[in-house]
Formats: sequence, structure tokens, C-alpha cells
Amino acid sequence: MESPSSHPSSPSNVPSEPANAAVSLHPAASVPAKKGEPVRSPKVEIRDLCFFYGKYKALHDVNLDIHDRQITAFIGPSGCGKSTLLRTLNRIYELYPGQRASGKIMLGGRNLLERADDVNLLRAKVGMVFQKPTPFPMSVHDNISFGVQLYERLSHSDMEARVQWALEKAALWEEVKDKLRQDGTALSGGQQQRLCIARAVAVKPDVLLLDEPASALDPISTQKIEQLITDLKKDYTIAIVTHNMQQAARVSDYTAFMYLGRLIEFGETKKLFMKPAQQQTEEYITGRFG
Amino acid sequence: MTMRQHTSQEYEAELEAVRQKIFAMGRQVDHLLQMSGKALEQNDAELCKRILADDRNTDSMELDIDHLCLEILARRQPVAGDLRLLTSALKLVIDLERVGDMGVSIASRVLELGPEPPLVPYDDLQRMLITAREMLTEALGALETQDSERAIRAINKDEVVDAYYAQIFNNVLSRMRESPDNIHRATRVQAISKYIERIGDHATNIAERVIFILTSEDIRHTSRVHRSELS
Repeated sequence: MESPSSHPSSPSNVPSEPANAAVSLHPAASVPAKKGEPVRSPKVEIRDLCFFYGKYKALHDVNLDIHDRQITAFIGPSGCGKSTLLRTLNRIYELYPGQRASGKIMLGGRNLLERADDVNLLRAKVGMVFQKPTPFPMSVHDNISFGVQLYERLSHSDMEARVQWALEKAALWEEVKDKLRQDGTALSGGQQQRLCIARAVAVKPDVLLLDEPASALDPISTQKIEQLITDLKKDYTIAIVTHNMQQAARVSDYTAFMYLGRLIEFGETKKLFMKPAQQQTEEYITGRFG
Repeated sequence: MTMRQHTSQEYEAELEAVRQKIFAMGRQVDHLLQMSGKALEQNDAELCKRILADDRNTDSMELDIDHLCLEILARRQPVAGDLRLLTSALKLVIDLERVGDMGVSIASRVLELGPEPPLVPYDDLQRMLITAREMLTEALGALETQDSERAIRAINKDEVVDAYYAQIFNNVLSRMRESPDNIHRATRVQAISKYIERIGDHATNIAERVIFILTSEDIRHTSRVHRSELS
């Protein structure tokens, strides 16, 4: 718009131009930050984490806290390292030759990356659910009890109670209580994924890792998984990798944006999606690259 | 900061359409204010009638921008700067439409003043109107050039408009005290100055929303408090 022509003069009590800038963008002029928000303690502390596929460095000095009983989402374009980072948290990469991690991942005062630690116990503490539902080829009941038996000796009645507890935690009990002896692979895709979450929850982990848990599901099943994730937050620390940014915005408390193996930005989800600090983050979440 | 374009060109075009429609509505409203000022200056009844008929254009522009923003919100689930643009556009057009209404109201009062000689010289009213139009131009120009400093300049001019209003109000009050015969014209002049003062307030709102779009800083209430502390 073109400016209207300026007025030639002003009356005596009218300043021709404001003497002082009444408004500025300096912090003093902005709304103060809300006080009283709880300070979260980190459940997992990731320090100087690097990861290598053979000679290829896939993660570069990642430093990040995953907060206790909060949901942390990892977003970023394909190949950015978000799934790789998730895979380091329970050392599942050790199943593949030539893959290694350096740095520290502290959980309960111990560095998870130290090879002296029992990897099976680690995977009980840090459960994982994958993109594609992976029920064992056995009954619904045994899908749950199989993992529990590896770590605990429970009586029959205690095991039955644990199976029901885990299925209730995964919001699946009402749908499968009459078909516990049916094959788990006969359930729908959404039910299979919740069965996998129940299986992970059954061993009472500290941390739950979810690698695109709803990407192969229909919208209703996705909503059920998202509701379940939100419910599980009361008891578990959750890290989720998702390609669906709306899903990250909906379910997570904290979001980490990764790009080319580096952590670009990490912060509260509501802030990251409203006012990202980094231009790269804004360009990615608004669909300008990736 | 210069953003890259959206991967989806269609989405990019939709957001650009919102911006361009806001600028077009701003030009339309400013033209209406310019015509109102001319009608006051020349006591032109025919021009006043044309302004009254023109108001529908502004209304339809507001609806058009509203619908486009809602459609993009529903289809694209925007975030960050895009979300700020669209949600602010929905509020911003309300202010623009109200500014248009003020221009029409000025024309209505000019019609009511009729051929009678001016009660007071209209120079101050014209200067006040020009300042209010400058505020509007700066506020929308800030969005066009992505320059939040221009929006701040617009906000800071509101105290000039307010000072004009206080001065004109006192003048017409004096003329009313002099003779009851002046009351008819005095109330019309006072109303016109009040409309222009409101235009300044709406332009301030627009500038505040533009600052939010550009910087994500929400200065709405801080700015008012700050101004009242200075006055």
C-alpha cells in the first residue's frame, strides 16, 4: 500500500512523531513467561551420542534429556537419524554387525551403552514397539506371558493377573478377553499393535520406545493408539518416532527435530510447533522441505 | 528471515492468496477513507452516497478471506508461521471491515452536516484522518515487507490520533457551550473525530497482529499497559 500524503503540520498538543517508542519488541515489552510450571527430571540423559553404520557416522554428538513420564517425539525427514537414535536406547543395533555407538545414555545412574550390562535386562527396562505389528505366532495370552516368563517366576494366578493387567493397560482387554487362546496374528492390525504394546508393558519397563507405531494403521486404530500412548504416560516414559507431524503435535510433551544425524532443536511441543527457535525446524514442520 | 517455499506449490499459492487478499482489502478500505476525507473537505453529498453503496465490497472481501482461511486450516493443518498468519488473518479482517464501517459512518455524518458552513475548520479532522490512514498503511505494509518495525511505528502513531481527538473534542465542546444552535453540527463533528479515533485503534490491533505473524510476539496487552503508563 502507498502511504497517504503526510500532514503538513500538527496542533500544539499533538506530537508530530511519538517522542518515545511506546512499543518495542524488547523482552521488557513482552508477556512474562508463566510461572509455576513443573520442572521435569530427566529419565534418560543422552550425552555426546554418536552412532556408526560401519564407517558411516549416522548420529553426531546428540545431547538430549528424555523426561520422566512424559512423551518425547522425534521428528525429521527420512534418514535424519531419529530411528537410529531410538535403536540406541535399548542397544537393539547390536543384533547387526558393524554398528556401534559412542557417548553416554544414562538411565538410573548407569550408562546403557556399557557392554558389561545385561542386554536382555536392558530390553526389559526399555521396551520397544515397531512400525509393523509383530505379534508372535502364538495365542494372545502367550504373546503376553512369553516375555514375562523370561524375567519373572510368577504363579499361575499371578501370571493370569499380569496378562489381564497388561491387556487392560493397552486398552485391549475388553476386545480380547473372550479369545485369549486365539492366535494373536488373527487380530486386526490395530489390535495386533496394541497387543505388541501390551507385550512391552507386561514386563514393566521404565521406558517405552515406539517406532512409528501407527503408521500402518487406519485412522480409528491410530486414534486408539494415540489415546493409549497418552494413557500410558501416567506410568511410563515414552519416546516416539513419527513421520506424522500432526501426531507428534497431538501426543507429545516434548519434540526433538533431527536433520542429517544432528539434533537441530529440542523443546516443549507446544512451543516448537507454535514458535520454533530454528529456521530449519520451521521450514520442516511447515512443509518447506523434507 | 527468508523462508523457503512450501514443497506443495498449491499450499504456497493458497497462503499467498490470503496475503494478497488482505492487501487488496486494505487498499479498498484505505480508498474508502480517502473518499470520506474528500467528501468532508468538499461537502460532496453525491460522493457520500457512493461511499455508502461501496461498503458491500469490503464485506464480501472479509467473507472471502474468512472462507479461504478456514478451508486452509481444515485441509492443511498449518503450524508455526503459517498458523499464525491464518489465525491472525481471521481476526485482522474483522478490524479491516470495522475500519471500512467507520469510513461509511464518516460519510453518513457528512451527509447530515449538509450544506451548513463548518462549525470549526476541518483541517485537524483531515490531519487526524491522514495519520490514521498512515497507521493502517504502515501496519499492512509491515506484513507485505516482513518488517515488524513498521508495525511498531504504526502503533506508536496512535497517540497522535488520540491527541487530535482530545483537541477536536474540546473545540466542539466549547462551540456547543457558546450556543445551542451549534449542537447539531458539533455532535456530527465529534462523531467523525470519534470514528477516526476508532480507526486508529483498529489499525493498532492490525499492527499488533502483524507483529504476532512476523515475530510470534503477542504484544497486545503489554502495549496497552505500556501506553497507559506513558500517558
